[in-house]
Amino acid sequence: MKGRSATSIFLLLTAVLAAGIALAATLGFLHVAIPDVVSILFAKLSGLSLPAGIDPIAVTVVADVRLPRILAAVLVGGMLGVSGTVFQAILLNPLADSYTLGISTGAAFGASLVIVLQIFGLALPPAISVPIFAFGGGVGTLAVVLYLASGDRRLSSTNLILAGVIVAAILSAAIGFLKFLADEQVGIIIFWLMGSLSGASWANILLLIPAALLGTLVAIFYSRDLNIMATGDRAATSLGIHTVRLRTILLVTSTLMTALAVAVSGIIGFVGLIVPHMLRHLTGPDNRRLIPLSFFAGGLLLLIADTITRAVLPVEVPIGVLTALLGGPFFCVLFKRRQQNGTADF
Amino acid sequence: MAPQISDQTDNRLWSLREVSFSYGTTPVLRDVSLDLHRGCCYGILGPNGSGKTTLLDLLSGLLLPQSGRIEFNGRALQAWPKKQLAQMLALVPQDFMVRFGFSVREVVEMGLHPRLHRFAGLSEHDQALIEEALAVTGIENMADRPVTRLSGGEKQRVAVARALAQQPEVLLLDEATSNLDIHHSLEILHLIRQRFEQQGMQVIAVMHDLNLASFFCDRLIFLKQGRIVSQGPTDAVLTPETIAKVYGVEAEITANTFTNCRQVSFRLPIINP
Repeated sequence: MKGRSATSIFLLLTAVLAAGIALAATLGFLHVAIPDVVSILFAKLSGLSLPAGIDPIAVTVVADVRLPRILAAVLVGGMLGVSGTVFQAILLNPLADSYTLGISTGAAFGASLVIVLQIFGLALPPAISVPIFAFGGGVGTLAVVLYLASGDRRLSSTNLILAGVIVAAILSAAIGFLKFLADEQVGIIIFWLMGSLSGASWANILLLIPAALLGTLVAIFYSRDLNIMATGDRAATSLGIHTVRLRTILLVTSTLMTALAVAVSGIIGFVGLIVPHMLRHLTGPDNRRLIPLSFFAGGLLLLIADTITRAVLPVEVPIGVLTALLGGPFFCVLFKRRQQNGTADF
Repeated sequence: MAPQISDQTDNRLWSLREVSFSYGTTPVLRDVSLDLHRGCCYGILGPNGSGKTTLLDLLSGLLLPQSGRIEFNGRALQAWPKKQLAQMLALVPQDFMVRFGFSVREVVEMGLHPRLHRFAGLSEHDQALIEEALAVTGIENMADRPVTRLSGGEKQRVAVARALAQQPEVLLLDEATSNLDIHHSLEILHLIRQRFEQQGMQVIAVMHDLNLASFFCDRLIFLKQGRIVSQGPTDAVLTPETIAKVYGVEAEITANTFTNCRQVSFRLPIINP
């Protein structure tokens, strides 16, 4: 990768993302002009007092309601994009995402479990317990999958996918049972499973920023090794790569990112699947480009989706439904086009 | 600590002592003792399932033996850091396949991985190595095509180019030309033989075709059911007796003036050992 052009692309994308954030902050029930958004942001970041002439209600709306949600959309989307790219590269499968190994399903199970426990009268603070159980469910699922797949000590992608599919199937059945138990209050579970960023707070952002940064940097650190993994375990080992160690490190990293994202936002499908696809189509499969780009693309995608549901549509549609409804057909078109071009080699 | 089998002053690359390996309860190699020296092109031959590929994987450190001792360059093989081994040993696997549409040049560039610092860009010297590897394997005209859309033979040449770009001390070939037509087999074997003769790159090749092995290798090692049946200079061990013992096939061996090496012909019926 040419150093200078990489830096300029990085700066360009950061600028696009920043512009997207500012633009999204103006949209909503209360319209706030872009210059006002910028001065509110600047004032918040620098701690200086606001210039006169800005509506104090606008300040509250932008700083305390919109910005945490917008930033959460960007960070969650970015983490889902990066972890999707890593899952696909490790599992050597362009169809893989956090569902393939049951991570998202495990997180959904954790959240459903704690919701049902609350329905049955267990006194847990819902604002904290649901994210913690969701996170634990995702991470616990990875532990089980790794244990199941480690039988041959090589942790092959086939073993991982098989173990993941089995665990995900069991968890799906368990979620079904929990919904059945929830009876009339099943709506709480369903609402959570469809994902929403409306509850995002500044505390979430302070947790998401270091996680997104660290996770993406770890993935970038190993991106060249990840490229070589695409030529098979034997060839990769002969080039000095510890295949089992690499797979474990990157699976843990991307699981932590996914689980954290899910804990904040609920289940949001399709971002982790479609972002790597789209980018591979545009820039080729080199993970050194793909991983940083998938952060920006995932962040921008979820920001757009969340802005549509928050500010454009008359009724707020669950974001998980929106990403699937927008992403699904788009995926179909891309898939069909590539077959026609004879380039369906992913 | 076990006493050293070899020291760095002799020209032994590998020393194996009573090496055994099994997959689960199925023994694949039994009590193999072997010295591989510099200055010879080695061929490892034997019927299917005789342990050829396993032996190669043990030499490259991909597999660890359950018992026995393997030394490489005067030091226990497992004591070498993986990255350092990768700077000395390159492998061309039998069926080289790549997931995702990396371009041919990108795949060949991966050969530089063991020598490159993690975030280092390519120097002019590195670029030249890549271009040379592309050129000598005859794939420079497809350098920007995705490797997923090449034919099996073309992919195999990409694997060879990558191994050459790796600039190894030893090249390990695992039936690297078995899926190639005779023109491309000869072309690649000739190219590798040239590297061996002119640049001293050592070669250990698992092969299937006895005639190509006779043409290509200085010394042959015959395996059968995980044991070494016969080993030595090609002219001495490539005999009807060896072929009968190893493959259970009647063969005639002639000194061929056309190829200038010993050639094998077979006939029916099959004799069983």
